[in-house]
Amino acid sequence: MTETALPVPKMKTPRSSYKSWIGVAPFFLFAILFLFLPSLRLFVGSFTTEAGDFTLANVTELITQKYILDAYLLSIKISAVTALGGGILGFLLAYSVTVGGLPKSLRSALITFSGVASNFAGVPLAFAFVATLGRTGFITAVLKDVFGINIYSAGFNLYSFTGLCLTYMYFQFPLMVLIMAPALDGLKREWREAAENLGASSFQYWTRVAMPVLLPSILGAMILLFGNAFGAYATAYALTGGRLPIITIQIGAQVRGDVLHNPGLGNAMAMGMVFIMAISLAGYSWLQGKTERWLK
Amino acid sequence: MTDFLSTHLAKPAAGSKAKDTKTSRPLWSWVWFILGALYFVLPLLATLEFSLSMERDVIGFKAYEMAFSDNKFWQTFGYSVFLAVMTIIVSIILIVPTAYWIRLRLPEARRIVEFITLLPFVIPAIILVFGLIRVYSSPFDVPFTEITLIPPLTNYKFGTNVLIVGGYMVLALPYMYRSVDTGMRTVDVRTLTEAAQSLGANWFTIIARVILPNVRTALLSGALLTFAIVVGEVVLASFLGIQAFGPYLFLLGQHRAYEPAALTFTTFLLTWAAMGLIQLITGGQSQAAGAH
Repeated sequence: MTETALPVPKMKTPRSSYKSWIGVAPFFLFAILFLFLPSLRLFVGSFTTEAGDFTLANVTELITQKYILDAYLLSIKISAVTALGGGILGFLLAYSVTVGGLPKSLRSALITFSGVASNFAGVPLAFAFVATLGRTGFITAVLKDVFGINIYSAGFNLYSFTGLCLTYMYFQFPLMVLIMAPALDGLKREWREAAENLGASSFQYWTRVAMPVLLPSILGAMILLFGNAFGAYATAYALTGGRLPIITIQIGAQVRGDVLHNPGLGNAMAMGMVFIMAISLAGYSWLQGKTERWLK
Repeated sequence: MTDFLSTHLAKPAAGSKAKDTKTSRPLWSWVWFILGALYFVLPLLATLEFSLSMERDVIGFKAYEMAFSDNKFWQTFGYSVFLAVMTIIVSIILIVPTAYWIRLRLPEARRIVEFITLLPFVIPAIILVFGLIRVYSSPFDVPFTEITLIPPLTNYKFGTNVLIVGGYMVLALPYMYRSVDTGMRTVDVRTLTEAAQSLGANWFTIIARVILPNVRTALLSGALLTFAIVVGEVVLASFLGIQAFGPYLFLLGQHRAYEPAALTFTTFLLTWAAMGLIQLITGGQSQAAGAH
């Protein structure tokens, strides 16, 4: 211990000097130009007036302007609902193909399909759902012609909160499957056997052993799902044409410049989003640390 | 807890009995699986059905014929493919040497670089394009150089192309970096480098002819994922005013019904092909990408 405290051994690797950092300079330059500068500009812009003076007005407006606060709340609501719904369905699916006793071939089919569906978003996804649940959509027609149920006269509308949630679910639950399948694989069979040898019922095993082990990764995955929906723009815009004023749509309107012309407020709205996303990711990585105790 | 479990595991266990009760009743598993499968398949089936019924009472490929005969489709789609290929090439040129260098000489940079590659998860596409436009729509002061002004990048074609490829590189960064880094983990970078050096290879030769071929499967899966993300991308393209496939499909959807459905189904098949190839290449360890 005393030896390592001496400054001499530090000189052992002279190669790893400042010169080595030149090797990663292009990467940092790229990060500065395309990540940091744009974020910094939005950040600084949130706290400055158009004349360039410091101000908190833009940030306070986020809370005092009702339409902005509503947009944030609507985005959070949609993200939370689809994270929960997609999370539960995705978990049950991942469960069914991992420890649920379904044939192995179904597992790889499901994983491949999830890879596709979690990437199938934006404009094509919106169009697919119009063809499915729109006014003349496939399921709408089948329900009306075969079962005599007119979902649109019953109050359903694809271009609404419910409709957008159903659409988002299409990329949400496959993401959950992709994250949870490896986690469920991490459940050791010995744990179940040990629990059963001690006289535990299946219910007790799940509530007392499996769930406590899985819970951090389930919550972590749901947070990822939350962020995934929170940042989505194209799907909502293509589906509702901006009629459902979620925060990304409001920001998009600011970028287009077709709402009130206050650049500072637009910056602040964007930073508010980054702030919420950053909190989610921090929560995720915290939970990730907890998960690694049991599942590897 | 582990100690507790392992001491009880030491006893010979009647595990087979427990397994029987578990696997004999996968009824609920089937229910969830079928529910999920329906959710997957129904929208695709509906889109396919819709795209095939352009002519009244006839199942036919009219919508596909119409969609594919539009010159704008080929132009925009070709442009998106071009942007995807550019993104992939520049990403590889940027990321492979970086990941290589970190493994070889600069392990202390690992944490910060990994942190940066995760940032795109915090910054959604809409925010990214917003920031890019704010920064590069005004003449730009380059620090530490004699050139104090460069023209606003958003004002001319080459400039917007640079911005969109840069933006797509950011969107693809988490997946690209992850694939390259995973690929390098299985390669003994140091030994390969020393062997190449002793044979007189320079840095360029080492990276291009020794390291790159060794991580090519990893690169391919990252590249395919990037391709799937970029080809249908609409947010960056439409805000930067680029005539790519995403904005074209969106506009087509505003005043047509059947052709967009045909193109939607085609997009799905493309995504499927890309993912299927990844699956084939990596042997089942597929990746999750965020949706936009």
